[in-house]
This record gives sequence, structure tokens and C-alpha cells, in this order.
Amino acid sequence: MDLMSCLECNESIKMTSRTILKESQIMKIHYITGIAAVFVVALHIMMRLVVPFEQSLEYNYIIANYKNIVYVLILEAILVLISVHGFNGIRIILLELRQSRPWENMVTVVTISSMIGLIAYGTRTIIVANGL
Amino acid sequence: MSDTAENKNEQMITLKVYRENRGQDSGSHYDTFEVPYKKWTTVLDALLYVKSYIDASVAVRYSCRMASCGSCGMKINGIPKLACYTKISELETSTIECEPLSNFPIIRDLVTDFSLFFNHHRNMQPYIVAKDSNEDDTAKGTFSFYQVPEDVDKYLQFSYCIKCGLCYSACPTVGTDVNFPGPQALAQQYRYFADTRDESKQRLDIVDDRHGIWRCHFAGSCSKVCPKGVDPALGIQLLRSYMLGISKNDKVPAKKIEIDSTNDADGSVGSSNTE
Amino acid sequence: MKEIERPSRNNLEGIGGWLNPSRYGWERISYWFQRLTGVFLLIYFIGHVYETSTIVNGQNAWDSFLELTQTVWGHLFLIMVIGASTFHSANGIRLIFTHAGIGLGTPGRPDYPYNPTSLNYRQKSGIWIALILAAAAMFYGFNVLFGV
Repeated sequence: MDLMSCLECNESIKMTSRTILKESQIMKIHYITGIAAVFVVALHIMMRLVVPFEQSLEYNYIIANYKNIVYVLILEAILVLISVHGFNGIRIILLELRQSRPWENMVTVVTISSMIGLIAYGTRTIIVANGL
Repeated sequence: MSDTAENKNEQMITLKVYRENRGQDSGSHYDTFEVPYKKWTTVLDALLYVKSYIDASVAVRYSCRMASCGSCGMKINGIPKLACYTKISELETSTIECEPLSNFPIIRDLVTDFSLFFNHHRNMQPYIVAKDSNEDDTAKGTFSFYQVPEDVDKYLQFSYCIKCGLCYSACPTVGTDVNFPGPQALAQQYRYFADTRDESKQRLDIVDDRHGIWRCHFAGSCSKVCPKGVDPALGIQLLRSYMLGISKNDKVPAKKIEIDSTNDADGSVGSSNTE
Repeated sequence: MKEIERPSRNNLEGIGGWLNPSRYGWERISYWFQRLTGVFLLIYFIGHVYETSTIVNGQNAWDSFLELTQTVWGHLFLIMVIGASTFHSANGIRLIFTHAGIGLGTPGRPDYPYNPTSLNYRQKSGIWIALILAAAAMFYGFNVLFGV
């Protein structure tokens, strides 16, 4: 009986696929976005605490925040940093779960498009709210 | 056997052994055996007792019986351990469950297939790569490398690896990723990287892969189960620090010293040194 | 060298190995928590970006969404998010130092009982500090959200 048969993996053990970024570069981005996100998210949370919490969620107060360019930049930074860090994390988890060229390519495509999609959707909110 | 149980120095323990024969595709089950043991009896002793007196068909791999060869790795009460190095009296359970190591394909009962494990190790270039020299030169005794104790300490503990596979079995990433080299192979990559005799420029690139060193998350289980104190987790993080640029790769290659055929009897080095 | 074309997946621990943190000490538990909180926070983040986008539809839309989230269950969920993000951040910073080889000790000559230097008090206290900070943040969040 063939002990080496495998239902899912048809590729050689060393899949040398060409990548745009080396894994070490991707992981440096992961660490940097993580550390930077801690600071900007802390700022974001503090904004909810400088006035009583209930008041900080009122419509007019939020719109006023969106008109403040510094706060808008913080929000955009959070959006980009957390999207990149989070979806890269999911990419890592999914790559560890299954190994085959089609699966890995799908994971790359889905995570990058999700990253871009979420950043685009959030940026739209920021731009529209800023204009309100 | 019942009269041995009455001997106050000898007690009985229940051994629950995983049984499966992949070649016959007959499914798996557990067999229980009552085995007498003393204070010094190891799990391997108990398994060999089972083979000798109760059921000779239990398949178990072992060799040195002294935690030196790495053959008898298995899961004992769910944790990867060497059977020859685990005393029954220290386990503190009335039933001892013996299962094959996880993450290795099962061949039969407690015997597993180490081919992929050894393949990952081979992929790491697990040998000294030195330009202008090869194994024949050292075999002929024409030159030797010069290392001080501080140079040796940098890699010595990682060279104690006996390839028992306990770390590979404990690693959560190995549990799902067949392309991940595993803690043993990555620690060996560091072992050669840190060795001043090695001049390979490819070591970091070999592991800089989406299934390479970056899929280690320092769960630490490998170091927790290692019976020889190799601490593979340490080796992996130290290697990673070079890849992140935190540690500078300023290793000074070991000097090669030509051994003069007219050496003194006390073994002092010959007169010529070569770089 | 002989490559293995199709590595066998038999007897792999699988996700069960990820989800069972109980066998190997605190570092394995922190790996389990870091993964769990990471996935949880990503799901929360996606929901939060969607939730906050209702502001563009005017005050009524915003207020009706607030009615959904400013409830007891909504507050409790937010407290879980506070705890998860505090643990994930603090533990993540510890892991960044660890991955850089800092706080692990140096290689030496192992001797019985072969305790690994990398699983030292610095790592364990780092994990405990992350857990305590998370608990403290959750407590503070509880005070703020429930107005105690």
C-alpha cells in the first residue's frame, strides 16, 4: 500500500513559486503594521473617552469628528494598518491549513482583494462623512 | 502472574496500547495489558514485557534504551516522550496510554514513518559547507578548523539533536502544514548557520519561504518536549533575528589550519596556517 | 536529493492540535489565544467598518444602528473586544521581541533536567502581563459602558 498517497497535495514538497514579495518582507510589514496599529487604535479609543461615552456616540459629535482632518487621517491609518495586518494573519492561517498551488493562489487573491475592498469601503465612509 | 502482584516491591499498571495496521486497513483499536512494574521500570520496559509475555505482535521501535538514539518516541498519556526515558512511577496515572507520535504517518501500532521528517532535514543542507575544502581534506587529516570554546557554545546544544521527532509531533504548525520543515530541521539550520566552520550563503534563503521559518509562532511546545535540551524554539528565533536584521551576520569564518605531517607528539599544530 | 512528491497527511493533528492548548504550558496557551483573538478581532473589525458606515445614511440610520449595539449584549460583546485587543496587542509585542531573539537567553551546554532557556520567566511573565492587562482593560471597559 502506498503510504505516501495524499488526496489533496499534488505538488512537490518544495513549491518554488515566484512571489512579488519575499515572505520575510511580508512578515516585516506584518510586525510594523501591528505595532503602528496599537498606537493609532489607542488614539481612536481615547477619542471615545474624552467626553462621556454616550455623548461620544451622538450623530453630530461623530460628524464633527469626521470634519477634523487629523482624526480623519488617524481613521484612515487604522483602516489600512488593521486591514493589512488582519488579512495577512488570515492568509497565514489559511496557508497553514492546506497546501496546494491552486489553494495558495486562491488565498493570495482573496486576501489581497479583501484588504483592498475593506480599505476602499472604509475610505468611502470617511470621505462621504467628511463631506456631510 | 498474580503472585508477583503480592510482592510488595512490585505493582501492576494498565497499559493501553494503540493498535493499527495500515497495511491491512483493518481500522484501529486499543489493547489493554496488565504489566508489573517497579520504581525504575520505564514505559519501554513495560512494552517489551508485553511483547515478551503477553502479545508479541505489538510493534514498537527502540534501540539504545538510554535516550541516545531517538527511536522510541511515542505519545505517552497524550504527550510526546521517549518511552525509554519515561518512568512509569513518575507518570502518576493508573492507566498509561501509548499512542504513535502525531504528525507522522502510522505504519503499524506505535511505529511511524519518518521519511518526510528526514526529507525536511535534508532540505536544510545539514552539513558544513566550506569553500576551498571538502570532506576528503579533513578525512585525509591535512587540515583542521580552529574553534575556541565560545565558538562551539554558539551551536553545541543544537548539535545534541537525536532526531527523535518529539518536537515535530508537538508542533501545532506541523499538525496542518506538510511543507513546514518543523522545529528539528529549522533548529539544525541554525546549528549550521551559527557554526563558524560553515560558509554557506544560502541558509537564510532556504527557510525564507511562505512555509518556512515564518510559520513558526513560538508556541514553544517543541522545546517543552525535547528530551536532550536542544531547545529548538531558541534556535529558530535566533535564526529569525538574523533574517529580521536585528542580529548582524558578522560571523568570522573559522581559520583553516594545515596540519603539518611533522607534528610534535603532543599534537601541537603544524607551522603553517591557511585562511 | 529525493523529494517527496505527495506528502502523506495521515495522522496529522490538524486543527484539533491548534485548538487544544492544554498539553504544553503557557507559551502554547498564548499561541492559542493569539490566534483566537486575532480571528475574532478581524471579524469584529469588518463588522465595525460596516457598522460605522451607516453614518453616511443620515441620523436616522445611525440612531437605529445604535439601538442595535447599545444594548447589554452589545456592551458585553464590546468588553470581549476590549479584552481581545488588549491581549493580542500586548502578547503581539512580546512575540515581536521574541521573534527578534530578545528575551530568550543564550545557547549553552545543556545539562539534566534539560530545561529549555527559551521558555523562561520573561516569556511567562510577558504572557501573564498581557492577560492581566486584558482583564484590567475589560474591567475598565465594564465601568465605562455600564456607567458604574
